[in-house]
Amino acid sequence: MSDETTAAEALETEVPGAPWLKLHPDGLKATALYLFGAGLVIGTPIAFAIATGSLLLALLIVVGGGLLVIGAVLAYEAVRLRATRYRVTESRVEMVTGVFFKTRRSLARERIRSVDLSSNPLERAFGLARVKVGTGETGSGSGSSTERTLLLDSVHKTEADRLRAELLRRAAAETGPDGEQRLATWEPRWLKYAPLSFLTPMLAGVVVGAVFQVADWFGKGGLPVEIVAGLLEEYGPWAVLGIGVVGLLVIGAVGSLVLQGEAWWNHRLDREPGGTLRVQRGLMVSRSLSLEERRIRGIELVEPLGVRAAGAGRLDVVAIGLKTDQEGSDLSTLVPAAPLAVAEAAAEAVIGPIAVDLAPHPKAALHRRVRWGVAAVVLLAAAAAAAHLLWSLPALLSAAVILAAVLGSAFALWTAFDSYRSLGHATSRGYLVSRCGSVRRATVHLDRSGIIGWRVRQSLFQKRMGLMTLDATTAAGRGHYAVIDADEHEILDFADGAVPDLLRPFLVRDEPHGG
Amino acid sequence: MGGFTTILGMTSVRTTLRPPRHQFDARVKPWWRAQLALSYGVIVVPLAVLGLLIAPARWWLLGPAILFAVIGLASMALPAWWHRVHRWEVTDTAVYTLTGYFWRTWRVAPMSRIQTVDTTQGPLQRSFGLSTVVVTTASSAGAVKLEGLEQAQAEELAARLTELTDATPGDAT
Repeated sequence: MSDETTAAEALETEVPGAPWLKLHPDGLKATALYLFGAGLVIGTPIAFAIATGSLLLALLIVVGGGLLVIGAVLAYEAVRLRATRYRVTESRVEMVTGVFFKTRRSLARERIRSVDLSSNPLERAFGLARVKVGTGETGSGSGSSTERTLLLDSVHKTEADRLRAELLRRAAAETGPDGEQRLATWEPRWLKYAPLSFLTPMLAGVVVGAVFQVADWFGKGGLPVEIVAGLLEEYGPWAVLGIGVVGLLVIGAVGSLVLQGEAWWNHRLDREPGGTLRVQRGLMVSRSLSLEERRIRGIELVEPLGVRAAGAGRLDVVAIGLKTDQEGSDLSTLVPAAPLAVAEAAAEAVIGPIAVDLAPHPKAALHRRVRWGVAAVVLLAAAAAAAHLLWSLPALLSAAVILAAVLGSAFALWTAFDSYRSLGHATSRGYLVSRCGSVRRATVHLDRSGIIGWRVRQSLFQKRMGLMTLDATTAAGRGHYAVIDADEHEILDFADGAVPDLLRPFLVRDEPHGG
Repeated sequence: MGGFTTILGMTSVRTTLRPPRHQFDARVKPWWRAQLALSYGVIVVPLAVLGLLIAPARWWLLGPAILFAVIGLASMALPAWWHRVHRWEVTDTAVYTLTGYFWRTWRVAPMSRIQTVDTTQGPLQRSFGLSTVVVTTASSAGAVKLEGLEQAQAEELAARLTELTDATPGDAT
């Protein structure tokens, strides 16, 4: 405790040569417990696997080896904990670390855009938290492509909270403390949307892979196939296929439920005094993300197919310094899959009114999509036919191939119409609004002042159909947001209207018939 | 604003993008050809050499070598066409480029949002007296490349761009 009080004093006085602070020593205990747990989980199967003669000998080898590794890692960790120092001065956050080489990282405080706290169950038991300070400098092209971040692993929870408040406090003085404002609160019944996400089929696939992997470990790689073949003989192909698919999906749904439940339990979205948004969530690993509002360049309402069918959607933020291009990253999510009205209300709380009529895209965009759909149907039919002509397929495989081809064709055609219905764009207040996608329908509201360039694209096919794709580039989120397949003339006027004077010098307006 | 004239003007006025003013230096054509020759040479030469050395597999190796050589030779016609298609322009307010024919891309990066201006020159480029100017913005998708400018012109342009961007306030995000 005495450590913390000195830390607090140091931060409050804010002398330029603020004293250096250390990480919390309990971090070592958490790491040790984690390593022993992991050693047990990994070591036990290894001991059984290598136990050809006596189990005792195998255990001795594994325990000895395990202890050696754990000891080495702990020694490294202990040195790292002792060697790491950090401090917050008036203008910078600095950290010195390194076991073999001293590295010094220094971030300008005015560039800090997010402070991210997280703690896993072990760390929570010790009252610890990891603090990740992000500047969001991604430097495209020539510069370094890695985001400049500073990670304190780990400090006491109270110290973490103070750091968070301290580092994002700058703007607080300007607005004055007006208390926290709750923008959205997660409800357990929203979990019903979890099985509808794409995690479900993905996890089902993972389960199939895992079964084969485990069977392979025990030297019986062919066993799952034999079992399925046995079932086939007894019950026939359609029953096995049907029950198999349903069974796998149920497993996937349960897995998805567990993962999403863990990630979003007790989620809440707050606006804190000083103009920051804060997302807190997590059942086992508690996570907290604080985000400066002046870094926000818009929002994205994302409606993945299954979730959309249930009338729900999720709210992502488009912010500078939050990378969203990583697959499966939920860092930028402000509100997980929730009833659409709730997600929209949260969006309005973040950026203001979002209701707007989207201009539909030309019919040519629909024709283009239907063509893709028909091409997909032809390909699927040809592939299914070829598979049957080339090999004499067993009953189950044949059934699976036909089923997949029929379902795939139906989906390809449906998605052609659906994705056309999704297309739309508009400008409202300070925002450019664009919607697209069928499997993952997303409506982005992009702050027009955050648009830092245009990329206009037109393939030869688009040119023949009078279509054009407009990409607004921005420093936030994915880096660019597109209006796909719009009318080739109208979209240029639209771009010109959205960001005055940027495209104007390069536009020519002429009468259609030689005028 | 522009948006309103659209609705009224859609039937009577058609807005199009005019091509950027400048073509790249004529020396880009031999430079591109050299690049193509190198990339095809890397495939063709080893195949041909191995084909001549290994008698049993001779035609299995020489066949693809000849095929790639023919494609490579045919591709020598492309640079002249690219030279006509690729264009660039720098105004006081923006950098503007057009690339591609089958997939045309126009890029506009406003001067006020430019973060860095780099000139680069590879060994092959140097032998043709050419340089590349890369203009980056804070967007991961916003970089604009002017490949194949005459060396002195590239340096002059980079200096001018740096001066212009320094003069514009803001943190470019």
